[in-house]
Amino acid sequence: MRPATELNRRSFIQLTTAATGGLLISLYLDKPSLIAQQPPPPKVYPPDAFVHVRRDGHIVITVNRLEFGQGVQTSLPMILADEMDADWSKVIAELAPAEDVYKDPLFGIQMVGGSGSIAHSFQQYRELGAKARAMLVAEAADRWKIPPDPCRTENSVVYGPGNRSSSYAELADGAAKRPVPQTVKLKNASEFRIIGKRVPRLDSHAKCDGSQKFGLDLDLPGMKIALVAHSPVFGGRVKSVDDRDARSLDGVRDVFEIPLAKGSAVAVVADRFWTAKQARDRLKIDWDLSGVERADTVQLLAKYKQMAATDGNVAINRGDTKAMDRVPAANRIVAEYEFPFLAHAPMEPLNATVKFEGDKAEAWVPSQFQTMDQMVIAEVLGLKPDKVTFHTEFAGGGFGRRATTDSHIPREAALIAKRLRGTPVKLIWSREDDVRGGYYRPMHVHRVEIGIGRDGMPVAWRHVVVGQSLLAGTPFAMMIKDGIDETAVEGAKDTSYDVPNFRVSVHHPTVNVPVLWWRSVGHTHSAFVMETLVDELATRAKVDPIAYRQKLLKADAKKLHSVLELLDQKSGWRKTLPRGRALGIACHESFDTAVACAVEVSIEDKRPRIHRATVAVNCGLAVNPLSVESQFQGGLGFGLTQLVAKGAITLKDGYIEQRNFDGYAPPYIIDVPTTVEVHIVPSTEPPTGCGEPPVPVISPAVVNALSRLTGKRYRTLPLTTI
Amino acid sequence: MAKYRLTMNGSEKTVDVDPSTPLLWVLREELKLTGTKYGCGISACGACTVHVDGVATRSCVVPVSLIGKREIVTIEGVGSDPLGRAVQNAWVEKDVVQCGYCQSGQIMSAVALLKGTPNPTDKDVDESMGGNLCRCATYVRIREAIASASRQIKGAA
Repeated sequence: MRPATELNRRSFIQLTTAATGGLLISLYLDKPSLIAQQPPPPKVYPPDAFVHVRRDGHIVITVNRLEFGQGVQTSLPMILADEMDADWSKVIAELAPAEDVYKDPLFGIQMVGGSGSIAHSFQQYRELGAKARAMLVAEAADRWKIPPDPCRTENSVVYGPGNRSSSYAELADGAAKRPVPQTVKLKNASEFRIIGKRVPRLDSHAKCDGSQKFGLDLDLPGMKIALVAHSPVFGGRVKSVDDRDARSLDGVRDVFEIPLAKGSAVAVVADRFWTAKQARDRLKIDWDLSGVERADTVQLLAKYKQMAATDGNVAINRGDTKAMDRVPAANRIVAEYEFPFLAHAPMEPLNATVKFEGDKAEAWVPSQFQTMDQMVIAEVLGLKPDKVTFHTEFAGGGFGRRATTDSHIPREAALIAKRLRGTPVKLIWSREDDVRGGYYRPMHVHRVEIGIGRDGMPVAWRHVVVGQSLLAGTPFAMMIKDGIDETAVEGAKDTSYDVPNFRVSVHHPTVNVPVLWWRSVGHTHSAFVMETLVDELATRAKVDPIAYRQKLLKADAKKLHSVLELLDQKSGWRKTLPRGRALGIACHESFDTAVACAVEVSIEDKRPRIHRATVAVNCGLAVNPLSVESQFQGGLGFGLTQLVAKGAITLKDGYIEQRNFDGYAPPYIIDVPTTVEVHIVPSTEPPTGCGEPPVPVISPAVVNALSRLTGKRYRTLPLTTI
Repeated sequence: MAKYRLTMNGSEKTVDVDPSTPLLWVLREELKLTGTKYGCGISACGACTVHVDGVATRSCVVPVSLIGKREIVTIEGVGSDPLGRAVQNAWVEKDVVQCGYCQSGQIMSAVALLKGTPNPTDKDVDESMGGNLCRCATYVRIREAIASASRQIKGAA
């Protein structure tokens, strides 16, 4: 058990829900008793909740996670099927509804986050597969009246002595009635037949011919579409609404005010999306903004910079705080970094469908937080959570945006469905609602002062972080210890670079802008600061950027050393770069996965052009190397969101200045590396996450290359000028 | 409301809608062809791309009243064309998709590109695919899949 101050995101939800019985979540909700009724996940997972052998030989495996691109709908079944010795060509994967048995074994709620899907369910799915196999073997042995030991299994068939064989399909009914074994023997890594292979995705065909249904594609008999008009300033309240023009449109069914956690909004319900949108455009709403703080990013920046000049709450203090004073001014770097608010902007706009039938309800949500979303819907409708049948719908991306601590999207949908009892209602947040709707990666300022020793290595490092807490005001607020939200300083305070005198402190200003974890969370900004500064130190010391990092890293940072060594071998191209192109290096460890990255960059039309990237990864055992490669190729592109010119959400006098993908433009094909080579360090260690770890390294790597081309340092994001 | 007769994936369909309704919402809500996606509504992301008389078109900004007799092909119909099928196959072969939400639009843009330029350069790809957003950033494999489809159609010719 780690000391409380060392808690990270992987463990805090577990603590909140398990150790405190959900008390803090309850405080946040109107009806405190609901979460207390949430039982923890079972200690023993019944195979019948996860695997079903059909008579036709198909094996249906239930995935206890949302599939939103990360590939668990393929990778988790691979794990189970391998231990089960199932015929992979007959495997069908289904997403689990919200139920206790599908809760994350470590987090204690059903969710995707913290890059934990494979890391937390690897052992669980192996055991499930092995138990299912043992039950099938026991059934066959019984029928053959022999002991199970001499039986072996392969491709959904049990083989016994004397040419006996029986298919899983034949054995399934009998096997299902047998007792579930308490313990099973798992395979040695050398016996894996599916784990560790480059296995193509199971959802590929459906996603290439238009047949894959996402939450937004749901179509139910009698279903209505709802849009909501929100206050243009966060927290505003409807003073009055003139809906006559809106209601005059054919197909508009209802217009009414709904309460929000802060302020209120106006819901429009219509037969069709286009009608609902036109009706919403015609609403004349007078907003009451009295007493609402009007955030303004220019003013916030000035305030944050002022705060950064003073020490905050101390997250770590190693060595001698006065060491800096002994370093002459000429041997110091003082650097100030600025990071904007960022929207997640998943491709599929946010949505939730709810049908309320008085004593029960049904919900269809592309959700990263099933347990909490189900609970909030139940709370709004005055039901117990188990009266809300909750379907997990495929999601078109998410990146953290579908894991909200207040479940505000399902909450709005439930409020609307409550009024339209008996009618399924699909709430859609338009792209404008999404871009202007908050729940952003928080804006940050970092100020770092580094004292450099005679050998070119840092002897003192003073680091101040300023940014809103992600956890303050949420059910997870109890995780804030001594005024420190670990998600703001992760990647900096726990750096593996060995600086003898090291201090990181943090200020958490309160700002009227809802914020949320954004793929890789604190590492989005901390890695940028750490990796650009270490690169600057390497340049000043005239040492190769890989060699410098190897020298500065602690000896026990084994994963980081392993990826730097592999990168060194695999990026031979870096020694012969064409004129006008430069090399950029970065490495970072997050979510227990280490990554090192080399990029080749030139400047074209005043923008960075990334010709190639080579990545080395240590994620323990790579369950599906093809999927790991996908996550890294794509995750680098996602990480570039904070480098592109229009990669920022800004506010003026409380109003958001961007509206859609015209003003907030994430990376397009031209903005990402033309090729990305991914090399995985061979390992039999337990698998660690791959969803988030690709994101932090790319921006610093590109900027380090730009610095080599121009001699300038880039510390303000987004990168509007080079 | 007004009635429109549309030529859709090779067959005739009649819809009764407000003339200002974008083609996208006619496809999704009237004809239940949900493979074409809503991403932005302002032709900035390409998720809604369909072919109108063979031209890659952002269906979210084209009112149904402007379609007339032009032939519409969506992701549900593009596979009946050998080139469309080759592109879909290349997408599967390269395991391109992640969340998959934008991929209908990506495939429709890629088919239109290869129709006019069977052997595209990186620059051609940048230009033709440049307006199709993918938040999972599957761009590297999109590039590989286009190259693979290009080789396949040359092999077949």
